[in-house]
Amino acid sequence: MAMEKVWVLAEPGDSGPVPVALELLTQARSLASSVEAITWGTDAASVAGVAGEYGASRVYDVGDLGGELPGAPVAGAIASLVTANGAPDALLIPATYDGRDVAGRLSAKLDRPVLTNVTGLVADGDLKTQHLVFGGSHVLTARFTGEGPGIFVVRAKSFAAEPSGGGPAEVVAAPPPDAGSANAARILARHVEERSGPKLDEASVVVSGGRGLTAAENYALIEELANLLHGAPGASRAIVDAGWVPYSYQVGQTGKTVKPTVYVACGISGATQHLVGMKGSKNIVAINKDQDAPIFSVADLGIVGDVHKVLPALIDALKARG
Amino acid sequence: MQAMNVVVCVKQIPDPAAPASLDESTHTLDRTGKLILDDSDSYGVEMALQLADTEAGDEVVLVSMAPNGEVSGLRTALAMGAAKALLVSDPVLAGTDALGTAKVLAAAIRRVEPDLVIAATESTDGYTGTLPVQVAEILGLPSVTFAKSISIDGSNVKVERQTEAGYDEVESPMPVVVTVTAGVVEPRYPSFKGIMAAKSKPVETLTVADLGLDASEVGVSGSRQEIVDVSEAESRSGGEIVVDEGDGADRIVAFLEQIKVI
Ligand SMILES: Cc1cc2nc3c(=O)[nH]c(=O)nc-3n(C[C@H](O)[C@H](O)[C@H](O)COP(=O)(O)OP(=O)(O)OC[C@H]3O[C@@H](n4cnc5c(N)ncnc54)[C@H](O)[C@@H]3O)c2cc1C
Ligand SMILES: Nc1ncnc2c1ncn2[C@@H]1O[C@H](COP(=O)(O)O)[C@@H](O)[C@H]1O
Repeated sequence: MAMEKVWVLAEPGDSGPVPVALELLTQARSLASSVEAITWGTDAASVAGVAGEYGASRVYDVGDLGGELPGAPVAGAIASLVTANGAPDALLIPATYDGRDVAGRLSAKLDRPVLTNVTGLVADGDLKTQHLVFGGSHVLTARFTGEGPGIFVVRAKSFAAEPSGGGPAEVVAAPPPDAGSANAARILARHVEERSGPKLDEASVVVSGGRGLTAAENYALIEELANLLHGAPGASRAIVDAGWVPYSYQVGQTGKTVKPTVYVACGISGATQHLVGMKGSKNIVAINKDQDAPIFSVADLGIVGDVHKVLPALIDALKARG
Repeated sequence: MQAMNVVVCVKQIPDPAAPASLDESTHTLDRTGKLILDDSDSYGVEMALQLADTEAGDEVVLVSMAPNGEVSGLRTALAMGAAKALLVSDPVLAGTDALGTAKVLAAAIRRVEPDLVIAATESTDGYTGTLPVQVAEILGLPSVTFAKSISIDGSNVKVERQTEAGYDEVESPMPVVVTVTAGVVEPRYPSFKGIMAAKSKPVETLTVADLGLDASEVGVSGSRQEIVDVSEAESRSGGEIVVDEGDGADRIVAFLEQIKVI
């Protein structure tokens, strides 16, 4: 069964939609004959340009939200669109902070369940979703049984983004209805943590550190190695929780999904929630002093050793190569 | 200011350290064994205890939905210092999906007339991460997810909310639903005195009918999603594991050369 219409939440990013929205637009094209997107913010025109390139024919623009959090107004606008234009067959939502908020609110508004942590979408009779469970060792396949639209929250890097060569999408205003007290939270200020070098989820080399580094100051070794390899430094949740590095460094279930050419895990045990965020890497190198650490089960090269010895030696060796 | 009611949603889950088992026919997680307090929620309990001024009459109330009248996770949170608990437990709830759970929790939370509802960003075993927002929408409340800190300022909460690039300072009037990430606070260990006191703290058990909900909205009948298959994922082919004998760094350099990263 080919679907007729799929909507994609094109969350606005730095210029155009966030990368995962492009992955979803690409996948939506293969599922349905008509792909439309929903966006918000101050630059719907650039979102419509890029979304068109990836196959959207139309972009519904919720408009500038000022200091409002997107969850309530964007879900409200989508619910109004469903009432006015009819429901799409499916709604694909990026697994981002704001995407999850929109999905949760919309699910309650439309009284439709939401399937989260989706890593695959298969049109097979009806639309089936795939989810990685047990740390990625198993694939679970699920489907909706009730009336649509299905709401799917999809993890980054589940699909490759490929442009279709389409022209800019038509922009249609879709102002949010008044959400009353549900929309009472306001953003007072934004804080951006400066990072140099490539972005963690786009870098071709990622070097991550975990609790095995034993002290916050040793994270400098991770940064130095990442820098030498023109990569990005990452982290396990344990050291993010411990306050050694900001949350934006976290790789895994609740952090970033990365798929670099090589992922170097240093002093990371390889808990299931970490593995789901990096298991798709092309090559994995692990350094851990415990030869039974689960990280070795996914490693192409595993060094059973002490990070305090191996990392400085590795840094010296790379520097010596110039 | 009037005394404040702080609700903490706490999920009771099978011990994550024990191997998970799936029911062969429904492919759902087996939850028949003993359940414990989800570690993710211990952060919410701790945050609530820190925000509530018990001298001023503030109360921390736990709300949980669990099968078989399970209370062991609730007792742990009561031992940490929460005042009382509402437990929704009913045979008709078996197989309830996330939205159904949100409807049940929302109905239970409404009875407490909370000023602040705290939940975890995501649970350890379900990790849908959408449930607290569904609760907020059902209750018509604002929500702030991914909080790394919460403070109370008169009748408002101020939250530092995690973002892709850093964090946002967000303010919301109460009542509001806030979800906390792990690591925001360090959950206390229950003291012996706390454990003893928890035994006599009130746990009110409610059924679906008590909440005025229709049984068709919950359980398997209300659930509109099903698991059709669970199979093993493609596993990575075994790599080379070597013990460092001073040559570990050189091995890595050689590997990086081989894959043309350097
Ligand atoms: C709902 C939920 C979501 C989660 N999301 C995430 C997530 O997104 N990302 C994430 O990473 N985790 C996540 N976790 C946490 C996860 O379960 C683990 O607790 C965490 O990944 C462990 O981090 P770690 O490997 O650094 O620490 P540990 O598990 O403590 O491992 C440290 C490792 O270092 C090794 N080591 C110690 N000393 C040395 C040395 N000198 N040299 C070499 N090796 C050494 C040890 O052998 C050990 O294997 C989540 C958990 C839950 C419940
Ligand atoms: N059955 C439940 N009882 C109480 N709280 C719950 C329940 N299920 C989920 N929650 C709360 O909602 C959060 C997110 O859950 P989840 O949507 O499963 O990731 C949990 O961490 C809890 O705080």
